[in-house]
Amino acid sequence: MTQKTLRKGNEALAEGAIRAGARFFAGYPITPQNEVPEYMAAHMADNGGAFVQAESEVAAINMVYGAAATGTRSMTSSSSPGISLKQEGITYLASADLPCLIVNVMRGGPGLGSISGAQGDYFQATRGGGNGDYHIIVLAPNSVEELGNFPKLGFDLAEKYRMPCMILADGILGQMMESMAFNFDPVDPNKIGKFDWAVDIHKNGRKKSKVFSYKGDNLIADVTERAKRYGLIEKTEARYEARNCEGADVILVAYGLSSRACLEAVSKAEEKGLKVGLFRPITLWPFPSKALKEVSQKAKGILVVEQSLGQLVQDVKLAVGDSVPVGLNAYPAGGQPDGEQILTAAKSLLTGKKEGLFDLQTHAEGFTYECKRDLSLGVQGDRKEVK
Amino acid sequence: MPKIEVDTNRCKACYLCVNVCPKKCLAPSKTISKKGYFPAQQIRPEDCIGCKMCYVMCPDVAITVLKD
Amino acid sequence: MSTILAKKPSTLTDLPMHYCPGCGHGIVHRLLAETFEELNIADRVIGVAPVGCAVFADDYFTCDTVQGAHGRGPAIATGVKRSKPGAIVFSYQGDGDLASIGMAEIVHAAVRSENITVIFINNAIYGMTGGQMAPTTLVGQVATTAPKGRDPKMQGWPINMCEMLSQITGSKYLARVAVDTPQNVLKAKACIKKAFENQVNNVGFSMVEVISQCPTNWHASVEQALEFVRTKMIPQYPLGVFKDEGAK
Repeated sequence: MTQKTLRKGNEALAEGAIRAGARFFAGYPITPQNEVPEYMAAHMADNGGAFVQAESEVAAINMVYGAAATGTRSMTSSSSPGISLKQEGITYLASADLPCLIVNVMRGGPGLGSISGAQGDYFQATRGGGNGDYHIIVLAPNSVEELGNFPKLGFDLAEKYRMPCMILADGILGQMMESMAFNFDPVDPNKIGKFDWAVDIHKNGRKKSKVFSYKGDNLIADVTERAKRYGLIEKTEARYEARNCEGADVILVAYGLSSRACLEAVSKAEEKGLKVGLFRPITLWPFPSKALKEVSQKAKGILVVEQSLGQLVQDVKLAVGDSVPVGLNAYPAGGQPDGEQILTAAKSLLTGKKEGLFDLQTHAEGFTYECKRDLSLGVQGDRKEVK
Repeated sequence: MPKIEVDTNRCKACYLCVNVCPKKCLAPSKTISKKGYFPAQQIRPEDCIGCKMCYVMCPDVAITVLKD
Repeated sequence: MSTILAKKPSTLTDLPMHYCPGCGHGIVHRLLAETFEELNIADRVIGVAPVGCAVFADDYFTCDTVQGAHGRGPAIATGVKRSKPGAIVFSYQGDGDLASIGMAEIVHAAVRSENITVIFINNAIYGMTGGQMAPTTLVGQVATTAPKGRDPKMQGWPINMCEMLSQITGSKYLARVAVDTPQNVLKAKACIKKAFENQVNNVGFSMVEVISQCPTNWHASVEQALEFVRTKMIPQYPLGVFKDEGAK
């Protein structure tokens, strides 16, 4: 544990990664993650590692593919449109069973979108993102301290399960400054140990190592083996934080920066005579479904707060089914959640009102929903019957 | 005397070796290989000068050149 | 007791290659394997296999190998080399791979003068996918996506990579060779060896472009394919050393 220092999110992440033993970084400039490659450019070489400013995000992730194949703790960082470009490399990394760390400091989308923080890449991150049947582990920090400490966790998990791990951070988290401390001692990359699958310089007739992505006739066995690994990960590695969920009427579900706004809502709820708890998934894949179902058994409702248009809410619905009503308080396209508005939505959920709620049932019941995008109030609108 | 051995498991009967041999001492075999090709074979070992051109051109690395 | 004058190098595995009869890939594989033996670097070579006909190249070399995405060989090789500077890293790529989808990667590997060796097989056609037009397809050459022959008005002109990369300060060794005759194969061997010696000596980015024959997708006999190399390919892609800064 280090002393607390004031750090910017992106810099805490970069320093945390170097401390975690990252010795290869390739990236390409994109806002709002530029401090990461800048920090790496300044410090990687001094720590005996390599920094490459790649010609594109595609090249950067493929450089990571090569470096990861050698067993080196390798990483890249980018923001939403850049992460889209990296999907080619990510699916190859998954198929070649290579561990690495990918950081997405999310911005608004689709397309070039905006540079303000957002959470619109939830589906892309948790569903794989590239072609084929695969998953990557997705960690969602909600503080600069977690941003600095998750690279260690990310590399450890990636190596344990031989798969890519992504840190999914909000743009604002990357840009904001907070007091933070590292909760681990610097990792000596030479002491991580050699991997028998890694390519390396041959010594004493060691068996040939082959890292490859074309599986041909073995693809079924390959994908099936990976599915078993995924099952184990879902069982053992789901992480979450539950606050005030015991006895809560409404449980807020949010990750990353949205969960910080929810904390405000939780603290203000008591003043207003509401019982509100927070369930924060820390791993978005594997999603802590079992834990969420358990803590929400006695709640009157779940309110999902996300800076995207109904993405996280789908995993919540999958987790709890019809056991508890689920509402959505959404702030897509760069909108920022606020504790008061979250409480308004929480009240609506309990009283059957509409204010602050995006109606999840409309589509299922044959209604469309006319969205009035009002960022100050989340997404609201009026139900309209489809003729 | 130089001798040419053709690995019939590797040869795909492109006959680059046959065509390049300055002494024309290689020719297609009359026996079909397991792979379904008529592999190249040395027909006049006495003419072979061990120049290795057949080895140099063979895309399947099927040829070994020996000298007694 | 007989002496062996020439045989399959020990740096190639015993697996018979999958290439079509008469294809140039196998010759180049052997030249690489011989080079590894002769330079005594076999224990530290790491190969990067492409997507294309040579996707299975990783099975033929005894060295460690990484097979990655189409066109990204130079980026993957960059990652390997920067992580293992003591390794001798080569990227093996075809023409669609290197000169089309992977144009940015090859150009910037040269710009950074990555200390890697690139083997570029130019047979003016997409082989594995079945004979589509490549960036290096000759004017008038028929391909499945240029059924009337490549028409510059519609599809532009073939690209000469050695000439193009020679304009980049970071490229240190650029040679174009062919494997249509024993003489040319021996010259190709010398250039490939030089390109690997450069890496051993930390010279920087080295590439050997090999004009290779594809009888299958050229719809030609092996004889006709060699004739096509001599009469059509080499006039468009003159052989020679375009840059040699390793010699200085």
